Amino acid sequence: MGTPAADGRFGEFGGRFMPESLVPACLELEAAFTEAWADDAFRDEYARLLRDYGGRPTPVTECTRLSERLGVRVLLKREDLTHTGSHTINNVIGQALLTKRMGKTRVVAETGAGQHGVATATACAMFGLECVVYMGEVDIERQALNVFRMNLLGAEVRPASSGSRTLKDAINEALRDWVATVETTHYCLGSVMGPHPYPWMVRELQRVVGEEAREQCRAVLDGADPDYVVACVGGGSNAAGTFAGFVDTNAKLIGVEPEGGAAIGHGVPGVVHGSKSFLLQDEHGQVLEAHSISAGLDYPGVGPEHAHLSSIGRARYVAAGDAEVLDALQLLARTEGIIPALESAHAVAWVIRAAGTDELPAGSTVMVTLSGRGDKDAEQVMKVLDART
Amino acid sequence: MKLEAHLRERRDAGRKLLVPYVTGGLGDQWTEVLRAMADAGADAIEVGIPFSDPVMDGPTIQEASQRALELGATPAGILGELRGVDVGVPLVAMTYYNIVFRTGHRRFARSLADNGVCGAIVPDVALEELDDWGRAAADASVETVLLAAPVTPDDRLAELCRRSQGFVYAVSVMGITGERQSVAQSAGVLAKRMKAVTDKPVIVGFGISTPDQAVEAAAEADGVVVASALMRLLLDGAAPEQIGDAVAAMRRALDAG
Ligand SMILES: Cc1ncc(COP(=O)(O)O)c(C=O)c1O
Repeated sequence: MGTPAADGRFGEFGGRFMPESLVPACLELEAAFTEAWADDAFRDEYARLLRDYGGRPTPVTECTRLSERLGVRVLLKREDLTHTGSHTINNVIGQALLTKRMGKTRVVAETGAGQHGVATATACAMFGLECVVYMGEVDIERQALNVFRMNLLGAEVRPASSGSRTLKDAINEALRDWVATVETTHYCLGSVMGPHPYPWMVRELQRVVGEEAREQCRAVLDGADPDYVVACVGGGSNAAGTFAGFVDTNAKLIGVEPEGGAAIGHGVPGVVHGSKSFLLQDEHGQVLEAHSISAGLDYPGVGPEHAHLSSIGRARYVAAGDAEVLDALQLLARTEGIIPALESAHAVAWVIRAAGTDELPAGSTVMVTLSGRGDKDAEQVMKVLDART
Repeated sequence: MKLEAHLRERRDAGRKLLVPYVTGGLGDQWTEVLRAMADAGADAIEVGIPFSDPVMDGPTIQEASQRALELGATPAGILGELRGVDVGVPLVAMTYYNIVFRTGHRRFARSLADNGVCGAIVPDVALEELDDWGRAAADASVETVLLAAPVTPDDRLAELCRRSQGFVYAVSVMGITGERQSVAQSAGVLAKRMKAVTDKPVIVGFGISTPDQAVEAAAEADGVVVASALMRLLLDGAAPEQIGDAVAAMRRALDAG
């Protein structure tokens, strides 16, 4: 997982399918990030902020009771323990630092679950940047607590009322805002998607997850790497960051998509929001709505590098359904005292389902990135579980 | 019909060019709207092929696209309805790249040509990604119109004008489509910069809402595209003749200068 081709391609995927009005901004961002990422001072400051503000390094936790139950050895990379409660903070601190470096004063972002929005609002507050977050009307309803958090942090949350009124429409609105404000505004995209350089830049800013995890796993596993590395995939940023640390080991890489939003599983190649990747769409090319119990995975596309990793067979993409995700959330809570985000519970759900089968043979060692904590989802989970009984 | 040849001829005769837009599949009279626009003095007509995620569009065109999709509009259906509709001026399809990509470059280009559409505007295909579509379009004799923006640097602007076919589309503002109170100053600046590097027709669009604004926007350019103001009328229930009246008013204003 190195630098993409000059045109932003990972194999046949990626690229920069953007209106002319935004191409100069993408070029500027690419130049700015390339320069910053090669600058030790920038890297040091980024690492310092991740440590002193973000709460890194996060630990790897061995799940003794769950392991015993499943017959596979389960380790969790604990992104739920970061400041604001998910891996999204890693990306946002990096992009906020870059915003400052580019001399811009305003940030726009999109959010699904609200997690990326909260992280962006947090970093903007810390850096003194103006912050506007677009969120689908449906998600605003589902994630009221995160909307309140963003407001507390001084960000303005603007509803996206077009289309399916979820994450993909929030991205459209953020792009529309960016076209009109590009001189002063940075678009802080939340995952490894969008036009070049975003998929590459966001993966680099999440690389810390995989690199820490590899060293920590080696410490736990007497120098060995895990047999399997698993992460949930919405746009795919936590998975990309995780995989980046293990891609040159023998670990099998597994990305878990939501059943109702499995872009690699059920999609076909397409182009939306600036890059070519797998996409849920109808036969005419209209983008379909994704459906998932977790707003953070409710996206009909997937980052282009995942499409590439899938097509060359280096990573495998599977899906988990809402019901087994709820079961997984409860099982992890009861066996380990960790309530995962619904997104992260997808990765756990696959491990539970696959453990002891050919897919994940008994006795294997599996490292799962727990991308976030479940506090934001507690109310929603309560409602769903109540309705079940 | 050849888009650039047609527009050049009219421009060189001293006429300011008027290019109205209609969303394909918006209501069952939309091809009548085309005819009304042509009769009212349009020099070419943009036909929008709706896409679910039109990032460059403001609320009016978004609503028009969404409404057309809800009415069952499809790219093939819209192009099929154009077959045999000869309104006497060139038709230019406007859509987003996923529609082209999903249909297939060659198939999409051929279906444009087969149904009498001689140009294409695909705003999310900028210079860097133009090759595949550009080749397929050229093979089918479809002219691909490129958009220039106020932030486009000089060297890029020259290249873009060189590769654009039919005309060059000057995006008047940094922003999305939609009616505006006044014509942005950036419109004239951009048109002037473009006229300095190309003799292809330069047509300004985005936010041109009234006859006065059309005249103002066409001062430095060769003409204007008018979309949201007309689609607002159509969404509010205007009949084709009323759209024709609105286009005719723009025509008169442009002719009077
Ligand atoms: C906790 C958590 N995990 C995962 C995701 C999915 O994003 P990605 O696939 O980019 O990691 C989100 C998105 O908001 C999230 O909040």
